[in-house]
Amino acid sequence: MTVAGKMRQFQVVGRKAPSEEHPNPEAYRMIVFATNPVIAKSKFWYYMHQFHKMKKTTGEILDCVEIFEKNSRIVNNYAIWLRYSSNSGTHNMYREFRDVTLTGAVSQLYDEMAGRHRTRPRSIQIIRTGIVGAGSLKRANPMQYAKNAKFPLVHRVASGKRGQKALSDRTFSTVRPTTFFK
Amino acid sequence: MPFQRFMEVGRIVLINYGPEAGKLATVIDVVDQNKCLIDGPQTGRQVISFTRIALTDLTVKIQRNARPKTLAKAWEEAGTLAAWEKSSWAKKLIAKKKRASLNDFDRFKVMVARKQKREIIEKKMKELA
Repeated sequence: MTVAGKMRQFQVVGRKAPSEEHPNPEAYRMIVFATNPVIAKSKFWYYMHQFHKMKKTTGEILDCVEIFEKNSRIVNNYAIWLRYSSNSGTHNMYREFRDVTLTGAVSQLYDEMAGRHRTRPRSIQIIRTGIVGAGSLKRANPMQYAKNAKFPLVHRVASGKRGQKALSDRTFSTVRPTTFFK
Repeated sequence: MPFQRFMEVGRIVLINYGPEAGKLATVIDVVDQNKCLIDGPQTGRQVISFTRIALTDLTVKIQRNARPKTLAKAWEEAGTLAAWEKSSWAKKLIAKKKRASLNDFDRFKVMVARKQKREIIEKKMKELA
């Protein structure tokens, strides 16, 4: 599975193909995170064949719709339970992210797992997601920002200064960029 | 000197890069170490990177996640826009914009005017000496 850009949330419904013996097989619904519906359906089959004896060739997809979030006005603390395989084995993990959308938090998760643990998207399985209040956060980093945070922005290169001589696209420059702001 | 401008809820920021460049906004919530949620009468509500904004001296008193209406009211009460326009930072930005919009003849006129100004000052200085 590739992750190019932002993750989207899909609801996939599928079942085993009906036969004469079982004209009405049970349908299963699953929420998966993927970049497009094709990958979403593929993930559905990947997870389903681990639970039940069915796969793409012996089953059918009834429905695959994208779930859009209603409210992206406020920043939430998203908790994500996941399972991933590394070089040395399979691990369970719990992480927290702050974002305005769940899909944003999941995108952050994939990026961070790649950065911190060199985990490829194909070896990440999201078990559960949820929203937690500021009081019940467990990780130190989101805790810092969940309540009223106040801090200076020290030594940074502002995008607005990209036009300045030191940060121009010329290879060499005679001046250093300003990184200190009040 | 200690820091005077902080990333905090209610801080007025100037967007200096991207489609909303040059507009003022208010920090409504801090997302993480790199991003914050901003809103204001001039911009929509959006998450923006710290690198794309510059902190100003101004603040407004608001709650976290304030609604656009309360925010507009807070701006009004604090006189944010007037205070910003009075600041030398804003004046410099306007001057810069005006300079950039001048054509060749305008630039020539500026050059002549500066020459005249210089002559007057020199004359006065000689009188005083």
